[in-house]
Amino acid sequence: MQVTKSTQGPAQAEPGLESPVVVMGRSERMVAWLERVASASFLMPSVLVILFLSIFPLVVSLYLSLARLQFVKGGFKITFVGLANYRKLFVGSEKTHFLGVLADPSPLGWLVFVAVVAGLVLSLVRYARSEGASALGFFWRLVASVITGAGVWLLVRSLSPGGRPGTLVVTLIYVFGGVTIQYILGLVLALLCIQQIPGRRFFRVVFLLPMMITPVGIAYMFRMLTDFTKGPFTPIWRAFGLAETSWVNNPWTARAAVMIGDIWQWTPFMFIVLLAALESQPIEPIEAALVDGAGRWQIFRHITLPSVLPVSTTLILIRLIEAFKIIDLPNVLTNGGPGTATESLTLQAFMTWRTLDIGGSAAVAYMLLLVVTFVALVTVNIIRRRVVEAL
Amino acid sequence: MVLSYIVLGIWSFVVLFPLYWLLITSFKLPIHVNDGPVYLPFIDFKPSLHAWRYIFVDLRNDTLRPYANTVIVGLTSSVLSLALGTAASYALVRFEYQPRIGTILLFIGCMILAIVAITLGVPWQVAVVASIAVFLLLAQTIGKRFRRHLKNDDIAFWMISQRILPPVAVVIPIYILFQRLDLLDTRTALVITYVATNLPIVVWLMRDYFQSIPIELEECAAIDGASPYRIFWSIVVPLSVPGLVATFLFVLVFAWNEYLLALFLSSAHAQTLPLTVAAQNATRGPQWWYMSVLILIMIIPVIAMAIALERYIARGLLVGAIKG
Repeated sequence: MQVTKSTQGPAQAEPGLESPVVVMGRSERMVAWLERVASASFLMPSVLVILFLSIFPLVVSLYLSLARLQFVKGGFKITFVGLANYRKLFVGSEKTHFLGVLADPSPLGWLVFVAVVAGLVLSLVRYARSEGASALGFFWRLVASVITGAGVWLLVRSLSPGGRPGTLVVTLIYVFGGVTIQYILGLVLALLCIQQIPGRRFFRVVFLLPMMITPVGIAYMFRMLTDFTKGPFTPIWRAFGLAETSWVNNPWTARAAVMIGDIWQWTPFMFIVLLAALESQPIEPIEAALVDGAGRWQIFRHITLPSVLPVSTTLILIRLIEAFKIIDLPNVLTNGGPGTATESLTLQAFMTWRTLDIGGSAAVAYMLLLVVTFVALVTVNIIRRRVVEAL
Repeated sequence: MVLSYIVLGIWSFVVLFPLYWLLITSFKLPIHVNDGPVYLPFIDFKPSLHAWRYIFVDLRNDTLRPYANTVIVGLTSSVLSLALGTAASYALVRFEYQPRIGTILLFIGCMILAIVAITLGVPWQVAVVASIAVFLLLAQTIGKRFRRHLKNDDIAFWMISQRILPPVAVVIPIYILFQRLDLLDTRTALVITYVATNLPIVVWLMRDYFQSIPIELEECAAIDGASPYRIFWSIVVPLSVPGLVATFLFVLVFAWNEYLLALFLSSAHAQTLPLTVAAQNATRGPQWWYMSVLILIMIIPVIAMAIALERYIARGLLVGAIKG
């Protein structure tokens, strides 16, 4: 409410410069007041709406994650249990579910891990020696590097032979794999669709379609399509002698199925926003470059790509946040199986919640909150700032 | 050119084939689905309207009411969130805000006190009014001592962070909230929730479009004496139509398809279509044919909307000609 009380006036349009000092009537005073509060009146409605639905749920679920909720006759009973719900995830009965089974890293795993650590150390050193380095900035970069290193260590150990990825690692695979592919596909399609070719409107509308379908619907549709006896691809599976196997038996094919569904649905989001960005970029620089004899690739590399980069970082951020919450596809398509191979963090929270372990579910959700906040902060602070500064 | 068409063609097939399958499945009898795949109507199998008849005649009230709800909730909430969010993102690009950290912490503290008071049995109206009064008092005295303040980027990040927590985690508190406000199973509750959850996306997407609008235009208008509202409405908004349309489509789809919150906040009166689709997974296994009909009638209005609005995501015809 009072968040912007100390708001400064609008950056431009300072009233008073052109309004001569005369006795103002009521309506004129009203107008002057409206102009003075313009900056607040633009922002406050949104702040209020978000506040209304954010603080209360956040606080209540934080409390629930530290408690055990039992349904008793005529209501429920809440017992405060401290960090027990979180301890369960890291060292207790839920560890293999959440973190996975850890194995000794394979040689390839060691190589990846050492490379990542070297990269992190290098960037820290580079920051420390740069002009604008500050102690606080170094501290936060150190924290970010340590967390990233720990994440990679977890990835490497649970993906090595003998290990089994937990829901945390599976979610990371969905998120980073899916979002990368969606962005590249979306960009290629948007670039193709901005060309003045016959039938472009048809393609532009068609490419939007998958986004329109409810995720539950997409999940059922993909279950229908991937069915080995009733699905449309049955003859192909038969031809390859695969009709009697099932893709849900193998963890990696099951994960691939979930990711294909996700990519199918969300590439249009990337596509439409990038298309809008490409359409609204100014045309003059391109014309000038054409006059100077620049090739297609040069125009793309030096004009088009920089102009869509700010939108791209936002797009990727939004998709990252949404992708972390993937639930419908693994739930309907594979029911999280085989075992827990395709379970995402949200699905784990949902399943824990369904077994009436509300506290445990809130704890999983808060772990997800921490991971997403970390990824989002890194994306915004490091990547986005760098991209915007580079322009 | 040929390569473009090959890529576009392949992706069109990837997009359209599942939809084609959906369409023909909605005309199949259960026997045609269960005995292995058939592809072409009239050749492989005889189309039947039984699923459509079942959904629109036998289940008439169970279909049409959620349909109306989905349309009303989807349109209202996306128009509202687009209006509020566009204004907010413009403000974040052009004005400077400096909320003090101390004031914000005080506010959050007062809200937590109010929540604790409500859980202890104080009526919520009293608790909210009291906590706001306490906050105003403290903000005037203690709050002013704090020097550090946030920047616009921090406000924007705070907004997007509202989408981070998975709905599974917040759904119980939101349920309790609307129960206290007597709004459970109403469209209003769904509209409020969807506006709040979709606002951050509008703010973030529109911010980038506004940043790309040259500030000189606005400065000229300001010198000519236009008010900030006037500048926003007659200069900024018309210039960012492609972005507005793309964002509107996205929030509309989001509100249209939301499942989990609708599952909790609505039962009989305000139920939306995604719940109806999920309900077709009966104990006899998923009823593919009914489900296909429901998914189809669900996507038809949004597709119509997309076709109608697609032309606005394009600028003048000359532009593309030079690029091609």
